[in-house]
Amino acid sequence: MGAPGKVGLVFVSHSADIARGLVALAGQMAPTAALVAAGGTDDGRIGTSFDLVSAGIAEADSGTGVVVLCDLGSAILTAETALDFLDDDTRARVRIVDAPLVEGGVAAAVAAESGDPIDEVVAAAESARGEPTSPGAVPAPEAGRAERAPDGVRVAAASGHSRTVTLVNSDGLHARPAAELVKLAATFSQRVTVNGADAKSLLGIMSLGLTKGAEVEIASNDPDGATAVDAIAELAASGFGES
Amino acid sequence: MGLDITWAVDWVRRSADVIAEHRVELITLDREIGDGDHGENMDRGFQAVLPKLDDLPAGSTPGDVLKLVATTLISTVGGAAGPLYGTAYLKGAVAAGGSVSLDGPAIAKILEAARDGVVTRGKAEPGDKTMIDAWTPAVDAAAQAATSGADAAGVLDAAAAAAEAGAVATEPLVARKGRASYLGERSAGHRDPGAESSALLLRAAADVANAAAGV
Repeated sequence: MGAPGKVGLVFVSHSADIARGLVALAGQMAPTAALVAAGGTDDGRIGTSFDLVSAGIAEADSGTGVVVLCDLGSAILTAETALDFLDDDTRARVRIVDAPLVEGGVAAAVAAESGDPIDEVVAAAESARGEPTSPGAVPAPEAGRAERAPDGVRVAAASGHSRTVTLVNSDGLHARPAAELVKLAATFSQRVTVNGADAKSLLGIMSLGLTKGAEVEIASNDPDGATAVDAIAELAASGFGES
Repeated sequence: MGLDITWAVDWVRRSADVIAEHRVELITLDREIGDGDHGENMDRGFQAVLPKLDDLPAGSTPGDVLKLVATTLISTVGGAAGPLYGTAYLKGAVAAGGSVSLDGPAIAKILEAARDGVVTRGKAEPGDKTMIDAWTPAVDAAAQAATSGADAAGVLDAAAAAAEAGAVATEPLVARKGRASYLGERSAGHRDPGAESSALLLRAAADVANAAAGV
């Protein structure tokens, strides 16, 4: 089962309502990925269910991989126990991720919807922890104070490149355009920031809460970052394909 | 005298009775430092095992009984106790293997395997204010008793006494695992419900073994 070619997600919560609500929330941005709620006990009480989690993994699995996100500690224990009972082939493509359930679930759903491989779906979920997504990735210092040029292009004081654009989307940088931005940023190896937030972190971008008319500074300290900055700036200036 | 299938089945029945008797006490302990569902969850789990005992095929071993308890607890106990106790019984079942009669050293080995399973699953260490604080002294005492030549009932007696002392000793501890860890310092002064239920189950095992031996 699951959605062919896409990583499936299982949301394990002590509350059936939370798991179902998260499927609805994340489903807005991931209408075709397999998102499965495994909340509460078999008889609808607060708790987690080995049987529901096991069934959820089977339902989400298309053979591409399954990422399981959990809320409180015993949800993780239940999920780990469920993994113990899987056959070796299935277990090899199932990952339990330690990340905030809602934020990580939304970020993972966007990655799964994009057809990302399981490692990237896991990384997207983990990005919600607010830590660097790749080990050893040292956040570059933010672009220094820059001289503002009349055409909106800034020249960073030391190295790097930045541009400022005005958001034209009527709803601001909401989930869909934020996901578009993150997906584009992820195609570049250079670190790029959007008003100081990592452009590759969906949660980081969404939590900026940018609304229509906001000034957005896209910057990179990387000597080779100009192409990425320009591409993202143009996407933002175009309104992300929205009006 | 070794412990056989009759002991194993009677232990499960006695466990269900004891957990039912202490249901409110366990709920109260858990409410003080956790989510208050431990007594109810354990009671539901053991009550669910009871009817399945009647369906055990002829020739079943103590290990089969332990495995039945494991899978039932994992499926029916909603809280952390399900996977933790489920893993304990499952690892115990593996250690018991196909033996029809368990002697002192075999019982000590089963308890050790069960404790190791809980540690692997829950990643708690001694002193974290969890069921491990009952299990670890129980395993140590059981090993010592077995080495000294105690029979199976004697090994379980030693384990139960050590588990009871271990459960009491969780009272001043600050929880570092599970829901109680959210309380930090406020978790001190309360006995850990998982350690208490562990002690109850080990005491039930010893009582049933002693009753069978006519003690």
